[in-house]
Amino acid sequence: MSSDTPPTVAEPEGQAPKPAPARPALTTKAGLGDRIFGGSARGAAVFILILMAAIAAFLIYQAVNAISEDKVNFLTSFTWDPDGNSTNGVPTFGIAAIAWGTLVTSVIGVLIGAPIAIGVALFITHYAPRSLAAVFGYIIDLLAAVPSVVYGLWGLLVLDPHMGGVSRIIEDVLGWIPLFKTNGTYGSSMFTAGVVLAIMILPIVAAIAREIYKQTPREQIEAAYALGATKWEMIRLAVLPYGRNGVTSAVILGFGRALGETIAVAMVLTTVPGLVTRILQPGGNTIAANIATQFADAFTTGRQALIASGMVLFVLTLLVNYAARLVVRRNTRKAGA
Amino acid sequence: MSLSHPSPIRKVKNSAAMVLMALAFLVALVPLISILWTVISKGLKSLNGDFLSHSMRNISPQQTGGGAYHAILGVLEQVAIAAAITIPLSLLVAIYLVEYGRGRLAQAVTFFVDVMMGLPSIVAALFVLSFWILGLGFHASGFAVSLALLILMMPIAIRSTEEMLRLVSSALREASYALGVSKWRTIVRVVLPTALPGIVTGMMLGIARIMGETAPALLLAGATDSINGNPFNGPQGSLPLFVYNSSQSSLQATIDRGWAAALTLIIIVMLLNLFARLIAWWKAPAAAR
Repeated sequence: MSSDTPPTVAEPEGQAPKPAPARPALTTKAGLGDRIFGGSARGAAVFILILMAAIAAFLIYQAVNAISEDKVNFLTSFTWDPDGNSTNGVPTFGIAAIAWGTLVTSVIGVLIGAPIAIGVALFITHYAPRSLAAVFGYIIDLLAAVPSVVYGLWGLLVLDPHMGGVSRIIEDVLGWIPLFKTNGTYGSSMFTAGVVLAIMILPIVAAIAREIYKQTPREQIEAAYALGATKWEMIRLAVLPYGRNGVTSAVILGFGRALGETIAVAMVLTTVPGLVTRILQPGGNTIAANIATQFADAFTTGRQALIASGMVLFVLTLLVNYAARLVVRRNTRKAGA
Repeated sequence: MSLSHPSPIRKVKNSAAMVLMALAFLVALVPLISILWTVISKGLKSLNGDFLSHSMRNISPQQTGGGAYHAILGVLEQVAIAAAITIPLSLLVAIYLVEYGRGRLAQAVTFFVDVMMGLPSIVAALFVLSFWILGLGFHASGFAVSLALLILMMPIAIRSTEEMLRLVSSALREASYALGVSKWRTIVRVVLPTALPGIVTGMMLGIARIMGETAPALLLAGATDSINGNPFNGPQGSLPLFVYNSSQSSLQATIDRGWAAALTLIIIVMLLNLFARLIAWWKAPAAAR
């Protein structure tokens, strides 16, 4: 739409005919409009920082309040009774048991979900017909669009009744390991919660892995084939090594997501107090689910204690996400060298 | 050994790998189909005009009838408020990061957007609880839920807008500057319109994401079975919370309502996703122009 004039000293056409003020506009500082617009953009950025700072300050204040009233060690105690319901009002609470449950359910979720997600990503990028790959990818993405409360409802009413049989088979085979022993009842267990988490992180890991595998350099694929590799050998030689760090990072991100998942886990698990080490029988609790289920009955100290446990969860997810970013950074540095 | 005929073992391994990959895909489809099938078949039983237009006021849990109007109204208002605050704010922040941001402040903002990106929704709810309710002394309300939702939507909106703005070719900006157009007019009239379809898609996906969040409503909305159209005063219903509360019951009538609410929620979220992708697909050639 602009006329193709050579980039010389020519003044822009269509401007006011007065020639004098055109030159200063190039040299002086930004005009009023620019200053207002730039200022408000800057203001929005500063506002975000202030918001985060204010939030963090209030959160830490509440958490410290609760921990200072705690009569047992906050990090190592297994009980959760911040309002002192069974100790005549003496607050006793610790996050050891629920932190354990958080880790166990998330690890189960990743162990089941990540291999399937990687298989799905490889299938879509290297096995599915070109014309169907996009559709298949979209179908898997649909899993990410399902709200977590619907996963919870489905996990509780549809999946869990089916988990009894699977759990019994696992106990029959692996029951000699204390982890897989049960008291004869199955379901509403950390295992069920782990399976729900596996389904929930699957689309996230699969989407990232798909993007990475798709970018495998054409030359490496051709080179592997030229050496006489079968398709599977080509994937092992070219695709998997290329995507290793990126996919590792995706799996760690999925782990972080599993750590913080609240509602689906709260709906599936039958919470019992204390430490639960048997993953196939009912029981277990996670930090996030504990907040969801305890909140309604919590009084002042109870709420502050839940906030304190939320702080721990926050730090945990922060570290996990940071680890994921470190892995990616290692990847890019190697690629740049 | 011939090149064209791999040994039998390698052939078997190759086929086994292919079968495993296809199996992984099929296994991933099982929960998706099962979820959609159960939600649709069980949800349709109670999903009707009455369900969408009535609240649960004066309906006891074992009774049939009643509906989720109060919850649908609540979640739409809460999400609308969150989006109304998030969209302009995240637009400005993204513009700052792409067009102005150099140095310490931009780094700090990028870092905190990353931090917010991995934030569990329950922690966002606790943020608002300790700041808005315990700290400033406000009561549970729809607006408190909106505050938590906007914390969850902000990083998605900023990140996607940032990516879209960075895609705008700098030649366009320079052409505009060369015509003597000021920086802010270049951003508003050249950069934003070019990136608009992508930005709209990102915002819609962000809205779809917060629409299904339950944890903020659980902690911040308060409990009510009645219609409350005012998000700033008194407890307000929420559709995801309605599903959660229904699941805690063992009464068939309540569970049926839970499935109907889950179906309603899925329909709303899927429509938002569909619209987002349609806009991206429909407007994509315009952005490339």
